[in-house]
Amino acid sequence: MAKETECGATEAILEKREALSRLREILFANIVMAGEIPSPTGSERELTQLLSDRFTECWLNDISRDQAGNVAAVLPGKDSKRNLLVAAHVDKIWPESDDHTVNVEVGKMSGRGIADNSLGVAVLATLPLILKALEIRLKSNLILLGTTRSFGRGNLAGMRFFLENTDRSIDSALCFEGMNLGRLSYSSLGMARGVVTVEWQREGGSPDERCSGAIARLNQVVERILTLNRDEFPETRILIGSLEAGSGYNVPPGKAKVSFEIRSEDAGSVRCVEEKVASLVHRADTAYAGKVGVEMIAHRQPGDLGEDHPLVRQASYALDRLGIRPQVEPSISELAALLDKRIPALTLGITKGENRHTPDEMINLEPIFDGLAQIVSVLQFMDSAGFGFDG
Amino acid sequence: MSEVDEKVAHWLQTNTFHHSEFWDMQELVRAKQEAGVTISLCIPTLNEEKTIGKEIIVFKSELMDRYPFVDEIAVIDSGSSDDTLEIAASYGADTYLSADILPDHGFKSGKGENLWKAIHQLKGNVICYVDADIKNIHPKFVTGLVAPLLYRPEIQYVKAFYDRPLALSEGVRPSGGGRVTEILVRPLFSVFFPELTALMQPLSGEYAVRREILETLPFPIGYGVETSHLIDVFQAHGLNAFAQTDLDRRVHRNQSTIDLGKMSFGILQSFLNRLRHYDIVSELPEVNGLFRQLQAEGRRYAMLNREIVEEERPPMISLPEYRKRHGRN
Repeated sequence: MAKETECGATEAILEKREALSRLREILFANIVMAGEIPSPTGSERELTQLLSDRFTECWLNDISRDQAGNVAAVLPGKDSKRNLLVAAHVDKIWPESDDHTVNVEVGKMSGRGIADNSLGVAVLATLPLILKALEIRLKSNLILLGTTRSFGRGNLAGMRFFLENTDRSIDSALCFEGMNLGRLSYSSLGMARGVVTVEWQREGGSPDERCSGAIARLNQVVERILTLNRDEFPETRILIGSLEAGSGYNVPPGKAKVSFEIRSEDAGSVRCVEEKVASLVHRADTAYAGKVGVEMIAHRQPGDLGEDHPLVRQASYALDRLGIRPQVEPSISELAALLDKRIPALTLGITKGENRHTPDEMINLEPIFDGLAQIVSVLQFMDSAGFGFDG
Repeated sequence: MSEVDEKVAHWLQTNTFHHSEFWDMQELVRAKQEAGVTISLCIPTLNEEKTIGKEIIVFKSELMDRYPFVDEIAVIDSGSSDDTLEIAASYGADTYLSADILPDHGFKSGKGENLWKAIHQLKGNVICYVDADIKNIHPKFVTGLVAPLLYRPEIQYVKAFYDRPLALSEGVRPSGGGRVTEILVRPLFSVFFPELTALMQPLSGEYAVRREILETLPFPIGYGVETSHLIDVFQAHGLNAFAQTDLDRRVHRNQSTIDLGKMSFGILQSFLNRLRHYDIVSELPEVNGLFRQLQAEGRRYAMLNREIVEEERPPMISLPEYRKRHGRN
């Protein structure tokens, strides 16, 4: 039986906000330690080990690492009939060789990946202690999951593997992202990511090509992709994320790459644009002495829980009580894999911050406790009654 | 193999640890309780706002809140002009201005002064000193140093060392100290105190010491404090009073060559003072406190003279205030 919003639970959490702040040093230390461990996609072992150690120290059950490298543990519920899932991706966008020092000032921390997703991982690691401090014992089992291979070519492989292979039926789920507090994602966009690669034959070619190598043809391909964007699919966005070519000033590069992403609320449009890109790349290749190719590396199906879903309403209510305006935005992260499986799920942001995905990524510390209050309030609501994907 | 070499080789086998040997926090807390030890962590500071917050957060969370291992965390500051003390206090450290401790004895500027006053101010019967400029902070910086004192009553003084390979070849890893260690301190130890060359990094700012030892040591207030300690403890208790722990890696800011020159000058003064104190070298002249460096501007060259005088504080046990506070007769 689906429930309307659970006002009483939220009020109780807000009253106990002080108890949350008593765990601040432990939470902050977890952020620092998660932040200083490099964890690029595909090399998350050390950070999952930290999570596993934390789960052990909290006396959780069934602590395990699966074939995808995910680390999972279970906080047993009182009646253990239902399973709730909380998850945070453990990979970061930064390579291992970068400086992962976390800087701590009064009221804030900064450093690579501190918001995305060291804070999410730290909250996952601290959640059992938070529930204990609030004297909350859930009826349902709570599965805590640190997922690997979220970004880029990882293509949500960690979460997908877990959902494909777990023997537990998941009732509902929450995903943690460091920022921004107020973020409320309950839908996922259809998405496809790809890389176009141009390889230039050094002999011959146009004057432009002799001067700029593979860049000349790559430039043409990018222009055509963007034209496609504007004219043919106004409801669909094509994002150009990065360009790679050459290594200096005076040698035309033999190879050039562009990474792009197609986003739409309509799966059919994504597929259609993807086919168009493949077609224009094929044409660019046919008329070229070198080689032009496209590789699609990640896909998401669109999904939507709907703004009237009880879970969405509960999260909105909690934010409202905290005086925070919800920022509704579709997600392309772990939430997509959960909605694919028709598991009612949300992604929640934990605190306010700035400079996302820069070396100076920064989070404010005090708002974290509002984020925690929201998470616990929604979690208690999830625990209080079951509901389906359609409410 | 000479007698000294044999002693050093044996000591390296028995008294050199790796922090990973002490990973089990529950076991460490048990050992601490069994040994009846109280542990104070002292972080001396001067303008360390960039790193102090992180150190306090990690130490307080891991060594006080999660596991009752450390009994107090204190920052003793020389008078920072930045937000060092405010940040340290905001994350739960006890903060003190060095000048406010033992005010009748005045205030001298220098890290050694803070370390010396910590003996009076802090309560533990083991004091662990950790510098404030460590970027990759981890509980091992405390547990790795204190643990040998819990398990081996004969050990009095545990020094940190770090993986600073000078070269790598076929599995042999020459382990070196910093530049000042290798160029100044190790050659001096080799001549006068060869057994002390067993210490990988005699100048490291991280060490744990029993109070009964600390209170008997005179404290140079500047760069020479660590060197002076090693010589004094060695003279009184021998090499077996020491242990050292490999803490793997320490990331910190690098010092300029000019600053290392000043540091070396201070260490040399303290070293010569100890030689005089123990009557090791006869007819040593009075140590000149003027350090002379050169600077160039275009083709103009000039002397840059700095007065670096390694003043010394007396052993804490000689102060009536200390004896009263800590119940020493």
